[in-house]
Amino acid sequence: MNTTDTIIAPATASGDGGIAIVRISGADARSALSAHFKTSSNRLELESHRLYHGYLLDFDGTPIDEVMAVYMAAPHTYTRDDVVEIHCHGSQQVVKSILNLYQSQGLRLADPGEFTYRAYVNGRLDLSQAEAVSSLIHAKSDSSRRLALSQVDGLLSRQIYSFAATLKRLLVLVEAWIDFPEEDLPAEDLVTITATFAQIVAEISVITNSYGCGRVLAEGASILLVGQPNVGKSSLLNALLGEDRAIVTSVPGTTRDLLEEGLTIEGVPVRLVDTAGLRESSDVVELEGIKRAEKKLAEADLVLFVVDSGQELNDRDFYVHSQCIGHPAFLVMAKSDIGKSIGDLSFCDFPAYRVSAKTGSGLDELRRAISTFLLDGYRPASETVMLTERRHYEALLFCLDNLKRAITLANDGSSLELLAFELREALYYLGQISGETTTEALLDDIFSNFCIGK
Amino acid sequence: MSNYNKSYEVVVVGAGHAGCEAALAAARMGCSTLLLTIGLDTVAQMSCNPSIGGLAKGHLVHEIDAMGGEMGVNIDATGIQFRRLNTRKGPAVRAARAQADRMAYSARMKNVIEAEPLLDLKQGLVDELLVEKNRVVGVRTREGLDFYGRTVVLTTGTFMRGLIHIGLNHYAGGRAGEPSAEGISGSLRAQGFRVGRLKTGTPARLSARSIDFSKLERQPGDKVIKPFSFMTDKIERGQVDCYIAETNETTHQIIRDGLDQSPLFAGVIEGVGPRYCPSIEDKVVRFPEKKSHQSFLEPEGVCGSEMYPSGLSTSLPLDVQLAYFRSMVGFEQVEIMRPGYAIEYDFVEPMQLSASLETRAVGGLFHAGQINGTSGYEEAAGQGLLAGINAARQCQDRDPIIIGRDVAYLGVMVDDLITQPTTDPYRMFTSRSEYRLLLREDNADQRLTELGRTIGLVGDARWQRYLEKQQQVGAATRIIKGGSVTSSNRDIVKKLQLGNLKSGLSLEQLLRRPEINITHLKEFYPGLGDFSAQALEQVEIAVKYDGYIKRQLEQVERFREQENLKIPDDIDYDAIQSISTEVREKLKKIKPISLGHAGRIQGVTPAALAVIQIYLRKQYHA
Repeated sequence: MNTTDTIIAPATASGDGGIAIVRISGADARSALSAHFKTSSNRLELESHRLYHGYLLDFDGTPIDEVMAVYMAAPHTYTRDDVVEIHCHGSQQVVKSILNLYQSQGLRLADPGEFTYRAYVNGRLDLSQAEAVSSLIHAKSDSSRRLALSQVDGLLSRQIYSFAATLKRLLVLVEAWIDFPEEDLPAEDLVTITATFAQIVAEISVITNSYGCGRVLAEGASILLVGQPNVGKSSLLNALLGEDRAIVTSVPGTTRDLLEEGLTIEGVPVRLVDTAGLRESSDVVELEGIKRAEKKLAEADLVLFVVDSGQELNDRDFYVHSQCIGHPAFLVMAKSDIGKSIGDLSFCDFPAYRVSAKTGSGLDELRRAISTFLLDGYRPASETVMLTERRHYEALLFCLDNLKRAITLANDGSSLELLAFELREALYYLGQISGETTTEALLDDIFSNFCIGK
Repeated sequence: MSNYNKSYEVVVVGAGHAGCEAALAAARMGCSTLLLTIGLDTVAQMSCNPSIGGLAKGHLVHEIDAMGGEMGVNIDATGIQFRRLNTRKGPAVRAARAQADRMAYSARMKNVIEAEPLLDLKQGLVDELLVEKNRVVGVRTREGLDFYGRTVVLTTGTFMRGLIHIGLNHYAGGRAGEPSAEGISGSLRAQGFRVGRLKTGTPARLSARSIDFSKLERQPGDKVIKPFSFMTDKIERGQVDCYIAETNETTHQIIRDGLDQSPLFAGVIEGVGPRYCPSIEDKVVRFPEKKSHQSFLEPEGVCGSEMYPSGLSTSLPLDVQLAYFRSMVGFEQVEIMRPGYAIEYDFVEPMQLSASLETRAVGGLFHAGQINGTSGYEEAAGQGLLAGINAARQCQDRDPIIIGRDVAYLGVMVDDLITQPTTDPYRMFTSRSEYRLLLREDNADQRLTELGRTIGLVGDARWQRYLEKQQQVGAATRIIKGGSVTSSNRDIVKKLQLGNLKSGLSLEQLLRRPEINITHLKEFYPGLGDFSAQALEQVEIAVKYDGYIKRQLEQVERFREQENLKIPDDIDYDAIQSISTEVREKLKKIKPISLGHAGRIQGVTPAALAVIQIYLRKQYHA
């Protein structure tokens, strides 16, 4: 990817919004702006990092749009190159005109992610931060945005650096013991070292345990509604959505296809999937729906097994229940406003909730239960690191393995070179998240910390 | 000018540890070779401490030996105290170390060189390098004599513009009592080489009869000696003791009081000294909280009386040296026979070399040893061996030998030298290797002897011995992999306290137990008794460290992926716009051969690597 020419792209989503932002990055950004921007105060020199009101003019001097524009001088910019942002009216036509104007002057339309790529290449973001930017852009809910923001800010990086620094300090000691057996080095005992490992293992475990929750917050969880036809799944879906989306009729099997809705439950982004009722059927269309529902069961983060409170349970309910066993599931007794004739529920050991889509009773309780379950009881505090990337999660799991083996080796006390091996590999995995440790840096530390030389 | 009436294929300048290996290798590979030295009486001289080996350095000696070099055989023949280090740690970090009889070491090496048919040893101080059209053609001595050679290996040690400091006095010299070589570095500068300055030092030598050894702790050598060379069966020479002495606060005060006469602290010395071998005044200043520093007192030979006090190198004036020695227990009446001194010398930044140790600017010119900014006899010998091999191969129109970081410390060293800027004299450490568990002393032959055979340095005797060992390792492995113990093997169950064996135990499983070693099994499986201890050791290590060795091999795989992403010679770094000018200049200058190599060049960031990789993929569909 060429990273020296000047690139341009809309920074806001396509579609008509209140305003749209067009971003330009590269050496020509400033001249591109001043060539076509006339401030309302008639200023000629634009101060860096200052937003000006004015008009963006076409070649012939006719205004394209009334805009606010800012020029930001390198290096204190997103890409570390000169950056210009033009805030125009959110019409696709306006954005297109601006892009046309600048493209005809030699600016290149940026590839997807190219601004972030430049920030990475120019050293402003490390890999984990660059990844976080991409999740920030794709953030689905408020909490996922907060999470992504905290990573851009380097919260994860800082933690990783701190683990790496501690491990490096211990590795330096171990390496010195190995390479300088005749020097009288500090005999810090292995018990202390083991304790430090154990502490890091505990701290990393907290982070890896947040992965499920972090992933749910970042990517959203999928909740599957199952139950035999006409027990009230669609009404429940609508009640949770707060508006009518699915077609609700009393003819069994109306919802033939999977119906998927995105919503936020207690801050957790959720995809709620309504299924055609799970039952044996000969209708071809419906069979297809059932097949998909079964596949979805395996993928769901939570299954809501819905029964009709007003009806005696029958074989078809038991059939659906049997399909849910082995998956994380709640029992939801819908239509709680009309009856209690449901009978013995002891066959089902899922957590059970009574709700009425009609009166709204029990809905809040269900919402809370869903979010608590999805977050695994984990309430993200604002200053906690949460893992959202599978790559980070796996690297940390490998690192944990190394540290656990290191603890065994340190307890054993004899094989320092194997201990060093585990520490180096642990550092390698931490480095995969945010930067490497070189052996030269290691030696620098040995010589600055210990008196060596016989 | 006159020219010596003989033209050589390889001319080696300097007969220290690098020069001797270079000259022997080239001659043994069939090249007519000249070895020029300032003094014929100082061949393979140990200018500093009289010992060979130690952590990582012992590894290097084993590697040199495995390829058919001379250092291991020479120290085995002249060693007067052998001591293995880290014996209680794992096999990868155990290392051989030996005190040499300094004069015997030098004399034996000289004999070996004199006996080598294609090798001429001559005295001569080289003053100038003869270069035609960017290719070296020979050397000119101070006497005005030209020696022509198709290739030249420079191993200048501390002799290029050597400057000796004792207190605030300094004078030109290549080593105490020997002249410096004032001309060569000028010749090199004229060819455009960047020449830098380093410093090293050595302690005073003490008279043994003036030391009260009864007040010092005795340090004997190993009772059972494991030789350096795969060719040595037994150490024949009589063994001696070393002693341990200690500095104290009075010593440190005397040193502090003398600092105003220290050329190091007065700023007279511009060269940078080795971090791992600081002078005693440096240690006292940098680590004021340490009340005492240990010193091993090492005899320099069995004939002389000189003792080498390790860790006490200095450039303080002689009176201060004497005063601080006499403040130490056991040294109250000590006499100094030669003063300690510091020496500054020119080196040529090794990032100007390619991986064959040939300079990039002048064809046929190779550098080895301290000229490359390294220190240590073993590091020098290793580079000398490689430079000699590659000079000879160039004469024979063969591709250079380049050893990977995953194969030997020799490879780690050369790779470090050509990618990392020199900040102080380079010394090998096991921590420099990413693949330490694979690069052991005990398997140096398995890693390098076949290569040595291909090159032509491994003779029939060594080759037979190697094949025999490999055959034994194979046979013993089959016994271990095939055999098992059940409760019916009462003897072994009882002797090894295996308890109640419900199901059988394979010998491999048994050997994996930390408390069991292969000699335990020898007793019950007489077949194992037919094998050498070296062969059994290999089997034992392979079984006991199986898991770690496998994991390390996986790391090697990852490493090789990057090494195998070759960067074509004709790559146009100017066409890759998104790398910084600084990185671009470095890449253009060093011309890395692979992406892995590029990544090890200091200052080349992971992001820059990613950019190069993308470029390569686009440009060459690699």
